[in-house]
Amino acid sequence: MAFAAFTTAEAQPQAPRKSSRIALLLLLPGILYLVLFFLTPLVSLLLTSLQAPLEYGDIGQYQYAFNWQNYVDVMTAYWPHILRSFGYALAATVFALLFSYPLAYFIGVTARRWPLLQSLMLVLVIAPFFISFLLRTLAWKQILSDESFVITSLKALSLLGPDAHFTGTPFAVIFGLTYNFIPFMTLPLYTTLERLDLRYLEAGSDLYANPFTVFRKITIPLSMPGIVAGTLLTFIPAAGDYVNASRDFLGGPDTQMMGNVIEANFLVLLNYPAAAALSIILMAAILVLVGVYVKRSGTEDLL
Amino acid sequence: MAVREFAERGADLELVGIQKRFPGFTAIQDLDLKIPAGSFFALLGPSGCGKTTTLRLVAGLEEPTQGRILIGGKDVTSTRSHERPVNTVFQSYALFPHMSIIENVAFGLKRRRIADPVGKAHEALRLVELDHLAQRRPQQLSGGQQQRVALARAIVNRPALLLLDEPLGALDLKLRRQMQLELKTIQEEVGLTFLHVTHDQEEAMTMADTVAVMNKGAIEQMGAPAQLYDLPRTVFVANFLGQSNLFSGEVVGSTDTAVSVDVGGTRLVVPKARAHRHNGAVTVGVRPEKVSLHIEAPAPSADRNVVGPGRVLDVSFSGVSTQYLVDVPGHGTVLVFAQNTGSGPSVGVGDEVWSSWLVEHGFGLDDGAVETDRFPADDSTTAIAAQRRDDLVAELGEG
Repeated sequence: MAFAAFTTAEAQPQAPRKSSRIALLLLLPGILYLVLFFLTPLVSLLLTSLQAPLEYGDIGQYQYAFNWQNYVDVMTAYWPHILRSFGYALAATVFALLFSYPLAYFIGVTARRWPLLQSLMLVLVIAPFFISFLLRTLAWKQILSDESFVITSLKALSLLGPDAHFTGTPFAVIFGLTYNFIPFMTLPLYTTLERLDLRYLEAGSDLYANPFTVFRKITIPLSMPGIVAGTLLTFIPAAGDYVNASRDFLGGPDTQMMGNVIEANFLVLLNYPAAAALSIILMAAILVLVGVYVKRSGTEDLL
Repeated sequence: MAVREFAERGADLELVGIQKRFPGFTAIQDLDLKIPAGSFFALLGPSGCGKTTTLRLVAGLEEPTQGRILIGGKDVTSTRSHERPVNTVFQSYALFPHMSIIENVAFGLKRRRIADPVGKAHEALRLVELDHLAQRRPQQLSGGQQQRVALARAIVNRPALLLLDEPLGALDLKLRRQMQLELKTIQEEVGLTFLHVTHDQEEAMTMADTVAVMNKGAIEQMGAPAQLYDLPRTVFVANFLGQSNLFSGEVVGSTDTAVSVDVGGTRLVVPKARAHRHNGAVTVGVRPEKVSLHIEAPAPSADRNVVGPGRVLDVSFSGVSTQYLVDVPGHGTVLVFAQNTGSGPSVGVGDEVWSSWLVEHGFGLDDGAVETDRFPADDSTTAIAAQRRDDLVAELGEG
């Protein structure tokens, strides 16, 4: 809102007209790229999602049609997976935020006096990227499998029941998602917290706010851009993730997410229209959720 | 929380034996200070003298290494910042950028759950004449307006003690004057105790009832502005608070009322009551505006000190007054401010002059002899010019 007020109050100086043609020329590669690699596949996906099976055709053979029924079919068949995807993604986002905020605060604020420690911790946050996330997720499968040291010890201590499993449960999938997306949450949080002006916190404390109120009323609102960026960078890919929930990794038959269903429809069942329709639904749902979220979080003032 | 009520009036502030050490240096060494309730107290000093640290200690944003802080007789040394009846106007204003002006001003009231915070905030904004901008964001306000909001945000809480950390530093001269006046009016209206930290001696002198000059973590001298200016105790105060002509010499005689000092063969007399030392090596001084110039050697008189003859090095005209820099052999340079009333002699650069002042205007410092000349020889324009010419001559000779 204030952002809009700014732009109306101080008229932006117009770019000189002469350069508009050059600007267009410079934009051309970007526009071409988007048309070729974003717009074209999107239209193709939309068309595929409306295809109907070819009459007397083989499995996996479809023709262009206007078959809205595909959407109704996948919604009725896969609504639990759709809900599960967003549920898991939400849980993973919340856990990643709870884990990352103190970490990012420590690196960005507490460790300011020790730049060396700051860089070291940042490297440690990024370090997992040096190994493929497939390998890392497989490693977690090993660590959390029924025969692993961790699970047998927990069972020996009666913290887990004798028949309990960890892999294949929703907890394992959410754990995997959280683990894999923590750097995506930590880094944007770090960049905003690193710029946090501590004088505002002192001013809050000077104005009778106790440490908790200072955190709630000043630190959190001022780090909102980082929170929004981090949650989006976690939530969006997590909702579409198909590795963690897959049976080959941390998931089981009951933890399948939309990504797994799309994968199965596309690669196994060869039901391309269903896979495409699911993809469109996933995209639309994320777009709506993110739009509402960004609007509600009111970060326009700080962006 | 300790602070729920509005303070009826300002409270005393007492610092007892305060010491603050940071890793590697001591910011404040053994500071004792008492500020009576309702006064406007200024801590004046150059940057790095420990004045801002003192303020932060009082606000509770730093903890003293040693010593006690008492506000209104209560020991608050171990009380945390949000529990102290103190508010600060920060140098950077530190207005919360994510809140509107009215939310900023009401912030402290809401924390203490005081009834009708928004109404009181509007009242405070009216006091600084900014109520019409209540819904704006701090970024949309000018520097001067932000400063007034910061002031409103602090005084709306009616703190027992209001701390001002160079709040006028970022303002231009005209706005500064206006704000100084406004601050003074508000202080008189609300009757709070003000502790003002500044490096601007003029600001300190015009606003404060009491000024404490700080240097290297300790208070050099404290008193009413006129008193400090009239009778500085140390070389630092004499030069930081306005300008001074200082002369170092040996005491050669004293009567009941006066001390005579021999400065390079010239005898200068200072009233005994205005001299901090009465024997040995001493430094005496006089303010430049108390010195007058003469084109002819003035007749020796018991109530005037005369220094000269000397040559005028520089004349700079500044409207109401003219500054003369006179080089007196054996005494260094003497600075003279003459009011442009049309009555004094008109002298130009290179003229031979004598300078004199009434004995009662001189003062004797507590510091002993000044080691270094105030205007080191290679700093003076003639020396630099001569040096340049010599260099050029040498260069031409070579070429």
